[in-house]
Amino acid sequence: MTDQAYNFAYLDEATKRMIRRALLKGLAIPGYQVPFASREMPMPYGWGTGGVQVTAACLTPEDTLKVIDQGADDTTNAVSIRKFFERTAQVQTSETTAEATVIQTRHRIPEVALTEGQILVYQVPIPEPLRFLEPRESETRRMHALEEYGLMHVKLYEDIARHGAIATSYAYPVKVEGRYVMDPSPIPKFDNPKLGGNAAIQLFGAGREQRIYALPPYTDVVSLDFEDHPFDPSKADHACDLCGSEVSYLDEVITDDKGSRIFVCSDTSYCTTRQDEGHTGRLSPEGEAA
Amino acid sequence: MTMHDVSLDQPLFRVEGLTKRYGKRIGCADVSFDLWPGEVLGIVGESGSGKSTLLGCLAGHMQADEGKILYRGRNTLTMPEPERRVLSRTEWAFVHQNPRDGLRMGVSAGGNVGERLMAIGARNYGDIRETAADWLGRVEIAGERIDDRPRQFSGGMQQRLQIARNLVTSPRLVFMDEPTGGLDVSVQARLLDLLRGLVRDMGLSVIIVTHDLAVARLLADRLMVMKDGHVIEHGLTDQVLDDPQAAYTQLLVSSVLQV
Repeated sequence: MTDQAYNFAYLDEATKRMIRRALLKGLAIPGYQVPFASREMPMPYGWGTGGVQVTAACLTPEDTLKVIDQGADDTTNAVSIRKFFERTAQVQTSETTAEATVIQTRHRIPEVALTEGQILVYQVPIPEPLRFLEPRESETRRMHALEEYGLMHVKLYEDIARHGAIATSYAYPVKVEGRYVMDPSPIPKFDNPKLGGNAAIQLFGAGREQRIYALPPYTDVVSLDFEDHPFDPSKADHACDLCGSEVSYLDEVITDDKGSRIFVCSDTSYCTTRQDEGHTGRLSPEGEAA
Repeated sequence: MTMHDVSLDQPLFRVEGLTKRYGKRIGCADVSFDLWPGEVLGIVGESGSGKSTLLGCLAGHMQADEGKILYRGRNTLTMPEPERRVLSRTEWAFVHQNPRDGLRMGVSAGGNVGERLMAIGARNYGDIRETAADWLGRVEIAGERIDDRPRQFSGGMQQRLQIARNLVTSPRLVFMDEPTGGLDVSVQARLLDLLRGLVRDMGLSVIIVTHDLAVARLLADRLMVMKDGHVIEHGLTDQVLDDPQAAYTQLLVSSVLQV
């Protein structure tokens, strides 16, 4: 079914142009939050309106789109956004990371390394890394302008003082090209090392907060830490129960009310590919039974 | 300490003809003075006399309309903002009357003291914590309270914490706005004692605004008396308080209840 009443990829050309300008500015100043005139989208805030607008501005009819929600291709958010663009842009969609040219993601970076020519679009709820430390927008902007980032370390200090280690496990703040401190959106800190030196273009869209920021390919991105408490991209200390991978980020799934649990790859595309290749985990039919 | 590269034969801080207007009203007018290294200057006067306006202009919180402020020969009014902010988190410090204005209430005592260190690039947790603990000791806060929030502290402790937070980077010049306001007299006395010790040990230059003449007498080397935005009398503290010349100063001195 097609909806001819809509322009290609839902947004009108003038809006896309406005967003592209913001994207270009964001790419020119990596990590800097560019204000843009975010539009009402036919979905509620918090469902990825920022990401959807960025994706719409990037899509061409030849593109192949993949949508990820918490690593999975088959959860509500991913399915509805994918359908949205199937209807309004008639682009091809795929669940395979390597086949996609544009990937919109919520809270994960795919396990498979991205390549040049791919675009990764993040959905961002709160773009301002300093927001919970300094509530005044006028002040946080000035802090960015003057590179006053001592406060960010105060947060990490408080973590260590209270928990004995940096307890921030997602939306872990990073410094981009030695200049801007950036919120990488709520990806697990396990994914932080993939932000830096990535071959793909990474774009961040926050719809409600009306901000766009970006990382061009091969940008230098460093996770903030202390000399004596270095950054640690941790994950659950298990192997995937379905594909046996020991290096991928895992979801813990409770399977009954007696405390049984399994660990599975959060990146479903990665996990299925591995299973198709014959890798097995603890719960695989022909694997050694637990 | 930090005194080694401060020249003793030129003033640390020089103010010339400083004026601040609020529309047609005068905040403070034509204020000039020199502050020398290690000197404590008291600014006294009644409410509305322009003391806090003057302090705010001096510390760069407010933009003055006319005049010059020279800190070690550099004009802080024409200085670019980044430079001034670096100055205000390294060589300057500001102690607010209300500790809630100067502290981060949601951050532990250690984090409050450590913030300035981290702002100037300290990145070793162990060192930051050690320095913070040392400073808490110096302002008589028990080391075991390092992870408590300022909310859990008494008013006097909050004020001492604010002082520790400000002095941790060994500033040269400290601005204080009624540091003992709102504290009961015995707590005030201990705080003054502490301040006097720190000023002497660290060789700090201080500009202190107060309406409490006892505070001025104890801390200040020199006094400036303000009324209606103008400086009406200026001299050594004992001289001004024991032999006031201006009519208003005489009134001020005689209004103090002798116990």
